[in-house]
Amino acid sequence: MAASERVTVALRTQEDVVSLRHRVREQAVVLRFSLLDQTKIVTAASELARNAVIYGGGGEAIIETSLNNGRDGLTLTVIDHGPGIPNVEDAMRAGFSTGGGLGLGLSGTRRLVDEFELRSEVGQGTSVRIVRWK
Amino acid sequence: MDRVPIIKIGKYLLATIQTDVQDNVAVALQEDLAARIIAARARLVLLDISALQIVDSFIGRMIADISGIAKLLDAEVIVVGMQPAVAITLVELGLTLSGVRTALNVESALAMAGIRDQN
Ligand SMILES: Nc1ncnc2c1ncn2[C@@H]1O[C@H](COP(=O)(O)OP(=O)(O)OP(=O)(O)O)[C@@H](O)[C@H]1O
Ligand SMILES: [Mg+2]
Repeated sequence: MAASERVTVALRTQEDVVSLRHRVREQAVVLRFSLLDQTKIVTAASELARNAVIYGGGGEAIIETSLNNGRDGLTLTVIDHGPGIPNVEDAMRAGFSTGGGLGLGLSGTRRLVDEFELRSEVGQGTSVRIVRWK
Repeated sequence: MDRVPIIKIGKYLLATIQTDVQDNVAVALQEDLAARIIAARARLVLLDISALQIVDSFIGRMIADISGIAKLLDAEVIVVGMQPAVAITLVELGLTLSGVRTALNVESALAMAGIRDQN
C-alpha cells in the first residue's frame, strides 16, 4: 500500500517559519519518526525556511510524505525567487555568513538529513530539497 | 509579539521559554534579560528551555549571546532542561554551546550556583 501527502506552506515572515516547523513536526509524527528524527528534520526545516525569508525575500515550502512499502520518508523543498547564491561552495562552508549569523544553517542541515540538494542561480532564486528517511 | 516571562525569585531571575518562539521574541528576551539583570542586581539567571522542542542555529546563537551578555554584566546564565534530542541535534548542527553552563533541572542549577557561592 502506498500513500502520500503534500502540504504547502508560504514563507514570508518569522511567523511562517514557526508555522512550517509545526507542519513538519505533524508530518513527521504521522510518519512515526522517532523523537530524535523529528527534532532533526524540524531543525533542518527551520534553517532552510529562515534562509528563504531572510536572504530569499520569502518563498514557499512543500512538505511531501511518502508511506511506501519499506521506504517511508519526508521530503521538504524550500524555494525562493530571491537573489540566489553566487558561490554555493562558500555558502555551504561552516562559519560562512553574509548576514552576521553563525553560518551553520546550510552545512548543519546537510548533516541532519539523508539527502540534500541545493540549486541556486544568481538573479533567479534558490531551491533546497532535503529528505529524511525513516 | 509575545514576550518570554522573566520572574525574580530571591536573588535570581528565572526566564522560562514556554513555547516555540519566533526570532524577534528571542531577540527581545536578550534585551529584557540584560535590563532585568541590572534592575534586579541579579547574579544568576536560569533560562528554562525544557519546553523547546528544537533549538536551531538562530536560537542557539541567542542562547550563547545571552550567556555572554550576562557575563559582561557580572551575572551567570545556566540553561536548564535542554531535551536530549535537542542536544544531539545541536551538536550535529555544529553548535556545541561551549562556555554555556547547563543543568538538567532547576534544582540542580540552584545546587550548582550554591556550590559556586560558597567558594
Ligand atoms: N535562500 C538563500 N538565498 C540567498 N542566499 C542564501 C540563501 N540561503 C543561504 N544563503 C547564503 O548562504 C550563507 C550561509 O547560509 P547559512 O544558513 O549556512 O548561514 P547563515 O544563515 O548566514 O547563519 P545561520 O544559519 O547559522 O544563522 C548566508 O549567509 C547567505 O549569504
Ligand atoms: Mg541560515
